[in-house]
Amino acid sequence: MRESDAPIVEIQNVTKAFGRLKAVNDVSLAIPRNAFFALLGPSGCGKTTLLRMLGGFEHSSTGRILIDGEDMASIQPNRRPVNMVFQSYAVFPHMTVAENIAYGLKVTGVPRAEIGRRVTDAIAMVRLDGMATRRPDQLSGGQRQRVALARALVKRPKLLLLDEPLSALDKKLRGEMQLELVRLQHEVGITFIIVTHDQEEALGMASEIAVMQEGRILQVAPPRQLYEHPTRRFVAEFIGASNSFACEVLAIEDENARVTSPLLGELVVERAAPKVTSGTLIIRPEKVRMDFSNPAPQPGEALIRGTIDQIAYFGDLSIVYLTAEDGSRLQCSRYNVSRIAAPDPAPGTACTLGLHPEDLLLVGD
Amino acid sequence: MLGRSPLGPLEYTRRLWLRSWLAAVFVFLYAPIVILVVFSFNDSRRNIVWQGFTTEYYVRAAENASLIEAFTNSLLIAFVSTILSTIIGALLALGLWRFRFPGRAALDGAAALPIVIPEICMGVALLVFFNRVGWPTAMPWPLNLAPIIIGHVAFSFPFVAVVVRARMAGFDRSLEEASKDLGASEWQTFWNVTVPFMKPGLIAGSLLAMTLSLDDFVITFFTSGPGTLTFPVQIYSMVRFGATPEVNAASTVLIAVTVLLTVIAVRWQRPDKEAAKLG
Amino acid sequence: MARDIKRYRVRCWENRLESWRAQPAVFWAFVLPGTLWLLLFFFVPLGLIWVLAFGERVGPVQIDITWTFANYLAVFDPVYVGLFWRSVWVATVATVIALVMGLPVALAVSFAPERVKPILLLLVILPFWTNILIRTYAMIAVLRTRGFVNFGLEYLWLMGKAFLLPFGLDEIVMGERFEPLSLLYNNTAVIFGIVYVYLPFMVLPLYATLERLDRSLLEASLDLGAGQIRTFFSIIVPLAKPGIVSGIILVFIPALGTFLISDLLGGTDSLLLGNVIERQFKAANHWPLGSAMSFVLLYVTFAILALRAWLISREEARARA
Repeated sequence: MRESDAPIVEIQNVTKAFGRLKAVNDVSLAIPRNAFFALLGPSGCGKTTLLRMLGGFEHSSTGRILIDGEDMASIQPNRRPVNMVFQSYAVFPHMTVAENIAYGLKVTGVPRAEIGRRVTDAIAMVRLDGMATRRPDQLSGGQRQRVALARALVKRPKLLLLDEPLSALDKKLRGEMQLELVRLQHEVGITFIIVTHDQEEALGMASEIAVMQEGRILQVAPPRQLYEHPTRRFVAEFIGASNSFACEVLAIEDENARVTSPLLGELVVERAAPKVTSGTLIIRPEKVRMDFSNPAPQPGEALIRGTIDQIAYFGDLSIVYLTAEDGSRLQCSRYNVSRIAAPDPAPGTACTLGLHPEDLLLVGD
Repeated sequence: MLGRSPLGPLEYTRRLWLRSWLAAVFVFLYAPIVILVVFSFNDSRRNIVWQGFTTEYYVRAAENASLIEAFTNSLLIAFVSTILSTIIGALLALGLWRFRFPGRAALDGAAALPIVIPEICMGVALLVFFNRVGWPTAMPWPLNLAPIIIGHVAFSFPFVAVVVRARMAGFDRSLEEASKDLGASEWQTFWNVTVPFMKPGLIAGSLLAMTLSLDDFVITFFTSGPGTLTFPVQIYSMVRFGATPEVNAASTVLIAVTVLLTVIAVRWQRPDKEAAKLG
Repeated sequence: MARDIKRYRVRCWENRLESWRAQPAVFWAFVLPGTLWLLLFFFVPLGLIWVLAFGERVGPVQIDITWTFANYLAVFDPVYVGLFWRSVWVATVATVIALVMGLPVALAVSFAPERVKPILLLLVILPFWTNILIRTYAMIAVLRTRGFVNFGLEYLWLMGKAFLLPFGLDEIVMGERFEPLSLLYNNTAVIFGIVYVYLPFMVLPLYATLERLDRSLLEASLDLGAGQIRTFFSIIVPLAKPGIVSGIILVFIPALGTFLISDLLGGTDSLLLGNVIERQFKAANHWPLGSAMSFVLLYVTFAILALRAWLISREEARARA
């Protein structure tokens, strides 16, 4: 295997126990070079602990962590080829922007002339020109974050760790910063590992996402695959919204399964992964066809009758919440593509939902 | 926990040198007191070598009438000065916390002065004051303790004010507004909302005032009238004549009483704390 | 501490202060007792000695206020100038020792696990519950010639001698008999006593600032390649500066004015400013001179506080610039 093909990070059977609680439970993961890798999960799922282990701030109870092929077990944080952007940014309040950025070079004995050059480049890279002599309390949250980024990147680490980097920013700034981070990652060609609980953030930025829950990794996949082919019900419901239907598997047919569901009848659907042999049927709200007339079923389509409970209007799209005939709750989303549209149907209106088997997926529980 | 998991980069308290340092400092702080207590039971007048257990010096200290009187006086002084300092300090803190008035900043700064100026300056100032204003010296007990109590209150209540104000700084004023919005009067709001919030500050402040009073030597030394016996001054004259086991015994009793009072105060605070946790 | 006071003062302003005119009765009930007490039993006494410092002694108890500067000038007598510098020197050394001793303690306490923290904090505060006189007295037993330190040293000496005996080196290296160190009744004893008595004053403000220190700043420093020692001096010390300054002031000012510790532990050559002031008011009965000396001490105190206030405002101005 060529050097550049080997993963930059290898996490092998790592467990971290705090007393009886296992914050990270037997996690194995390989992160490819130059990836923009996201660790995604609800709070308390162990993603930050895992990130801090890479930084050297926590020790694993068992297992190994290799960075660029080197075992990190006995290596202190200050000797690791890794830098971190902290959730609070941790910009040193008693130093100017330039001093903050120079700090990591100064303490490792980089020659003074080189420090000056690299700091200037770093300031330009994060677009903080003209702010070199400012102090952190004169900066906005977004600017402080840029300082934290420049300070880490100026060290040219093999790995940049970002702990919930956008959580303290307001929504608009968050969008800008997302683009900025992706641009930076392309520019410097360093592997970024970002921890986030925000699925949109992960989907929008990452080249690959690992979804974590209760200390375990459920699925690792690129964004599109994660959304369209979630292997587990938790993943499907954590990333985006989905409608779930209980079902029974009648037969496995290669990549598909013949299933029967009380609401949908008998269908052939795709299995999310080879190991999925039972579980739940899911379909994304935008893939549900909604009709207010009493249409004939299109070929292969399953029909559900229901009544509208509520419609939430978001501008670009509306989400319709319904109750099916058997009492289960469903949702379906509709883009408001035209400015002039018929008024929304009132709650209580009966309607028909069409589900195409191609859009249904059998996922594990 | 010891040494089971590898040392985290910020687990300074688990580093051996820091532990040794901590242990050494605590030995430095406690060894003299422990030695003093232990040797109050030593059956020897001069020797520092253990000669056998005795309570003889406690009996002697107890038979020393002036020592007993001094002891009672000191506890009384601490008691009265704690109550007065707590009330005055808490009121001042509330006033500064709540009101805007001309001279507010000046009063705020002035009230912090007794905390920072050297004790001896305050001591000699009070000595001159009581002498010059013609404060009657031959007052019957317990009125002869008044100058000492006045002095103790003067340096204790600013501390109480600081502690109570620090507590009030965390008070959300919309709680008061909510109370009034729900129909409570000004007084009911103060009593049912503000005071309960202030309580931990009051307890901490009064504990501090008591500690300061029991710890004080200098102010007591300068404000004691000629015939007034107080514990530190009494011990001081005994020490000047030479260290004797009686001094050890009497000191041990004072340490025991102080610790006991503090434990009671902390205990008394605890049900309140648990109630707060439940609420 | 002043910075904290300032900080909550700002917070108080945000708390929408009421005008005192809204409820004058409540306002006076709150503010009057403290103000009167402060005025009557603090400022009036201080005013009295301020005036006395300009007085002349005309009889054993008779002092005329002649607005003379003689008492202040007397303070500049070489004897007293030497005394003053000794006081400053002793207080400085004691403060530095307390800082060096206290900083690791504060660090250990603030980084201790939550369960242990209150216990360690209590251990730091506990000595305060013993009267300062008793604590100072306790030092005597430890330091005197036939005290515990010498006792321990003698034990080590005997051990050393016994160890060297087989080599025939015992007499040469260790001497014929143990010479106890004279630890008591000198400046060292006074410094030792000051550190002993005021160490908690150093630890508590240090602890308070270190406790508030954002842990991720230290992690960031380590992450950027700095070692622990580098992190200590580049990050912890600068950020703990307010606490360090508070601790220095809280130890230095009382140390400068101490009279009990130097009285009991010091020798004839270690009289400090406090002792001489006390003497003027008790034995020597020269109140005007004692008052002038007290005010010199007060002016020094004010100068230190003003210096700190200036440092803080300069820092804030620089932060705003």
